[in-house]
Amino acid sequence: MTRSTTEIVLTPDADDHRIARYSAVAIALSVAEAAIPLPLPGVKPGLGNIVTLVVLVNHGWRDAAWVSLLRVFGASLLLGSFLAPGFFLSLTGALASLAALALASRLPRRWFGPVTLSLAASFAHIGGQLVLARLWLVPHDGVFLLSPVFAAAALVFGLANGLAAARWLADDAKKDDIAEPPAPPAPQS
Amino acid sequence: MAFAEWRHLMRPGDWLALLLAALFAAALFPLAWRGGAAEKAVVRANGEIVAEVRLTESRNVEVEGPLGVTRIEIAPGRARVAADPGPRQYCVRQGWLTQANSIAICAPNRVSLALVGRNRAYDSLNY
Repeated sequence: MTRSTTEIVLTPDADDHRIARYSAVAIALSVAEAAIPLPLPGVKPGLGNIVTLVVLVNHGWRDAAWVSLLRVFGASLLLGSFLAPGFFLSLTGALASLAALALASRLPRRWFGPVTLSLAASFAHIGGQLVLARLWLVPHDGVFLLSPVFAAAALVFGLANGLAAARWLADDAKKDDIAEPPAPPAPQS
Repeated sequence: MAFAEWRHLMRPGDWLALLLAALFAAALFPLAWRGGAAEKAVVRANGEIVAEVRLTESRNVEVEGPLGVTRIEIAPGRARVAADPGPRQYCVRQGWLTQANSIAICAPNRVSLALVGRNRAYDSLNY
């Protein structure tokens, strides 16, 4: 039978499967995190970024960008915030983080591990969000009054996520590359 | 989990990055919450500006109001109402004002002392 000319056939390769699997973990973490009550809007752990870091270290920046952006879109669709202001803040944060990760991942691996990457990403994340908020949502310098709070949160969660990613990678190094993604490590006790 | 187990996940540069991040976060607190350094003290009597003094040197300003003389003390970077004839002394008990846009009002004597920074946060206040 002749193949239909209008039917688009996509054949996912191993890369696609891997990215999809990682993205699924990241989306699950983002959705689970939405259930955690938090004192301030905008301050959240960003657990999905643990996955981005692991993918960055294991598979490079391109895969990390896919996973990160798929997480932003996937999680917002599941949470019903797609195209709401929060979605654009997430997207801006993710893009800023990816830019920072592109730079930070050029640092020598011997000296700089996942914690550095995580801190760079978390600070870039709040930086990007604050800039977007200042330009679009709250066109007043008052938004910067919150910047110390966001920076403190970025410090704490950047460190925690970096350690979680480092732990995941250390556990992974013992096994082979993932046959199935290992369970994400528990938050720091 | 023990601290030692987490510690070996940190590489040397990670400590450096953590230190820099902590310093940056700590530096943001005074930067963002300073509220703008006060530059000038504006003294009003009965709504009219009677003196505008830069907060660079110490001096006293005395203002005549309906009840008597309110004495305002200016010092480098701060100012206060040192004495006021009003009955409740609220403006005196406010003590030193250091932040831009802060204000001490001696309502009975119709005198106010306001500090302003480089740019004013608002034109007027209304309660």
